[in-house]
Amino acid sequence: MTGGYGGADIISSCTINVDRGEIVAILGPNGAGKSTAMKAMLGLLNLKSGKVSIDGKDISKLTPQDRVKEGISFVPQSRNVFTGLSVQENLEMGAFLRKERVEEIIEEIFALFPILKEKKTQIVGELSGGQRQQVALGRALMTKPSVLMLDEPTAGVSPIVMDELFDHILKVKKTNVAIIMVEQNAKQALSIADRGYVLVTGENKFSGTGKELLNDPEVRRSFLGG
Amino acid sequence: MEIINAIVLLLNYIFVPALSYGSQLALGAIFVSLIYGILRFAYFTAGDLMSFGTMFTILFTWYFQSLGINLGVLPTALIAIPFGITVTIFYVLIKDKLVFSYYRFKKSPPVQLAMVSIGTMFVTQAIVRIVIGPFDRRFFDGEKFILKANEFKEMTGLNEGLTIKSTQVITLLVTIIVVSILFWFLNKTKTGKSMRAYSDNEDLALLSGIDPKKVVMITWVIAAILATVGGTLYGLDKSFKPFTYFNNMLPIFAAAIVGGIGNPFGAFLGGYVIAFSEILVTYAYRKFFIYLLPESIEPDSLLQLLSTDYKFAVSFSILVVVLLFRPSGIFKGKVL
Amino acid sequence: MRQNLDVIAAYLIMLGLIILVGFLQSWSIALSILCFCLISAVMTMGANIQWGYAGLINFGIMGYTALGGLAAVLVSVPPVKEAWQVGGLSMIFCAFLIAFMVFSIRFILKKYNKSNKRNYGIALVIIVGLILLRLISGPAIHSIEAVNPATTGFLGGMGLPILFSWIVGAFFAGALAYVIGKIALGLRADYLAIATLLISEIVIAVIKHEDWLSRGVKNVIGLKRPVPYEIDLQTKEWFINLVAKFNQSTLNLITDVMAREQMLKQLVIEGSTVFVKLCFVGLFSIVVIILLIITQKALYSPWGRMMRAIRDNEEAANAMGKNVVKQHLLIFVLGSAIVGIAGAMMVTYDGLFTPGSYRPMRYTFLIWVMVIVGGSGNNFGAVLGGFAVWFLWIEAAPIALFLINLFTSGLEETNVLRVHLIESIPYFRFLMMGIGLLLIMRYRPKGILPEKIKHV
Repeated sequence: MTGGYGGADIISSCTINVDRGEIVAILGPNGAGKSTAMKAMLGLLNLKSGKVSIDGKDISKLTPQDRVKEGISFVPQSRNVFTGLSVQENLEMGAFLRKERVEEIIEEIFALFPILKEKKTQIVGELSGGQRQQVALGRALMTKPSVLMLDEPTAGVSPIVMDELFDHILKVKKTNVAIIMVEQNAKQALSIADRGYVLVTGENKFSGTGKELLNDPEVRRSFLGG
Repeated sequence: MEIINAIVLLLNYIFVPALSYGSQLALGAIFVSLIYGILRFAYFTAGDLMSFGTMFTILFTWYFQSLGINLGVLPTALIAIPFGITVTIFYVLIKDKLVFSYYRFKKSPPVQLAMVSIGTMFVTQAIVRIVIGPFDRRFFDGEKFILKANEFKEMTGLNEGLTIKSTQVITLLVTIIVVSILFWFLNKTKTGKSMRAYSDNEDLALLSGIDPKKVVMITWVIAAILATVGGTLYGLDKSFKPFTYFNNMLPIFAAAIVGGIGNPFGAFLGGYVIAFSEILVTYAYRKFFIYLLPESIEPDSLLQLLSTDYKFAVSFSILVVVLLFRPSGIFKGKVL
Repeated sequence: MRQNLDVIAAYLIMLGLIILVGFLQSWSIALSILCFCLISAVMTMGANIQWGYAGLINFGIMGYTALGGLAAVLVSVPPVKEAWQVGGLSMIFCAFLIAFMVFSIRFILKKYNKSNKRNYGIALVIIVGLILLRLISGPAIHSIEAVNPATTGFLGGMGLPILFSWIVGAFFAGALAYVIGKIALGLRADYLAIATLLISEIVIAVIKHEDWLSRGVKNVIGLKRPVPYEIDLQTKEWFINLVAKFNQSTLNLITDVMAREQMLKQLVIEGSTVFVKLCFVGLFSIVVIILLIITQKALYSPWGRMMRAIRDNEEAANAMGKNVVKQHLLIFVLGSAIVGIAGAMMVTYDGLFTPGSYRPMRYTFLIWVMVIVGGSGNNFGAVLGGFAVWFLWIEAAPIALFLINLFTSGLEETNVLRVHLIESIPYFRFLMMGIGLLLIMRYRPKGILPEKIKHV
């Protein structure tokens, strides 16, 4: 993929792939193009060259809404729930494009995140931070995506909630969804990621399994703080 | 006995009129709030949209009257309302297509959209005045009273009469029906929920695949319905005069802000808050105290807190107090 | 010079249009349009300072205009002695009472921290104060209004030359703006709009219904002019000579002495109205020019730069230690004061004060159309907007009549549609204003003369 916002290319020939049931972390310093890469995958940014494909189908030309239909789902970094709606309504909105009955999927989400079932009718704005993150994940999963993208899920989250959140992400992984997460917090992210990509000035400089990256002396030196 | 008389007096001059006036304001405030929540700007055409809808209802009423169609004891305007609504829906949708959609696409700041709505306010006023003129018009027909003061006095043997105009009852019933349907729609249907979601978090709504065009269109349709119904009820109850409708924008906005703008249920209650305060403050309590107090200390002044000329001051004071002490409105809870 | 070419061109076109009216309709009409153009220009400058310099929405222009008008009455009308005798003392006492209330509220605000107790205290002061006011002022107002109600029935004014009211009007409007600004500034833009709109309605309600102050809807007529009266002029030797000199060629063509006398008399009558209006044009132009100089100077001063910085990025300006609230209040007061001047000017020109004629469409929203059409942030644009929009507002009726006749020329004179359209001609101006505003906002969102900031 190569692309940018007019001007200079922010990401250039970087390749990211992810398989079902796998967590991939995109890491890198500030300004490395992590968010840009994510926007390119979501279709919020037009690519100059390269392509985005899912299950072998090229979706590079589709609008973001159509990409949602093709199975990409996204959890933004902030404002990722409808605070004024109830938990149930949040989930229903996640499945807005699905024509068939959504009750079953909601039940599946409730099975994944039991606390949400208890708080079904509660307004999301009144939930705790951790519960909100679950609602956000649940909402994104309502489309039954094949790829779930998380933008800095741990930003501004307390350490306890972060552990909980990672547990949930691992649970989601078990449902055979491919997960891409953009993270600044490399150590934590790599601890649950199967593989990681390290972006530097728009190119993927390093890639490998979580363990490999964690042990790579150069990666350690440059991003993990020794 | 004296106490019952005093209570009937208050019912007759404060409670019943405030209830119907409040309903009329509430209908306006709901759509102002809805537009604010979804389109995200202050819609200054509000009062004039109401007069536009009412005007067409009146025109259809006249047409039906000329055909000899009527509803007997009920006002003919009730059958004309759906036709008035249809025209108003077309009008707002055309207006959105020609005017507002451009700024929405450009993501203009709300202030600019509010200014644009000043432009449409001028145009709407011009249309109303050119078509029907600026004069005061009454278009009520049918049975005027449900309960007349004399009948009430005979029935109860009280000194004070209680008058219930049929327009007051119609206002209340229609408001209950329209508002129940609206809140059922917003809270129970998929489209209604998607509107609430869109108002809550536009970006996330787009990510979830909610179609903004549809949401905006339905918002305008609801606005047209509420404006026409509210305006017609006001016109039946009092009279239709374009300038009064324009001025009604002020208490309507006050109600919407009091209820927490962007929150239709708050706006609904806000309508009654404004109406009751306005009438409570401008009512002359002299007679009330004559009933209650012994003859020796009966008041001789009107005992009116504020002359009716200053009814805007009531809206304003409430607005200021609310904005200073509870900027998000007095009814907290969910948005939309 | 080159960059100002569009300004000059726009003004020349405007001037040309007014001269055209002079030739086509009459010079008297052209000049009265010009007078109101100048008054509108002053109002627009006031609104432009608030909107263009600081981004504040003030929908209360009508209120400040009316206050300026009230100032004209209170300054120029001679005091009604009888009314002062029967009720003056009580009213003065009431004024002191209001001042006392304000000070005690300020005292409470300063002395106590934010709490329910403080709020109750303020409420108590207001309620007790209002009851006292009612008790004291009630009988006084009653007796004041009873004094010769057909001609006076109010306290009257100070009997000073009406020109003073232009300054007093500014003070009145500025004082009201200060109070409103203290309460409502800092609200979100659209809330401020509604709050100011309500305030202006309240001001009008007060002026309309407090007869002891302003005679209310009974109007005040016959305010003394700062310029000569037509009737006086027509008998003045020098004026007749002046008219004769101007029209020498026309008069010389007429040989018959009687007819010549007749002609001269006619010309003197026409000339006197034109002369009077010219005097007004002169006075108003002075105000407009002074204000233009001041506002231009302010715009390019460090203060103007700071205001633009605040407008464009309030948070950044705040972070840099600029007191945004204070500056907003200042500009709100200044802008409103300018509108107050315009209000006083208008009543001076009309020679009468009619509280019933203040309507928000004409005095608030029309001014906003002027600001936006002219070019917000640009003083020359604001003045031009005042000119152009007022011109259209007045000439809309003839234009509409012409268009209606054109399009319905196939219909009979008595055709219902044609008659109806011709009867509703006055309302076509609303249509023109609305469409004009929408077109400008769409295709020239910065106005005819956009804001130009020299980067030094």
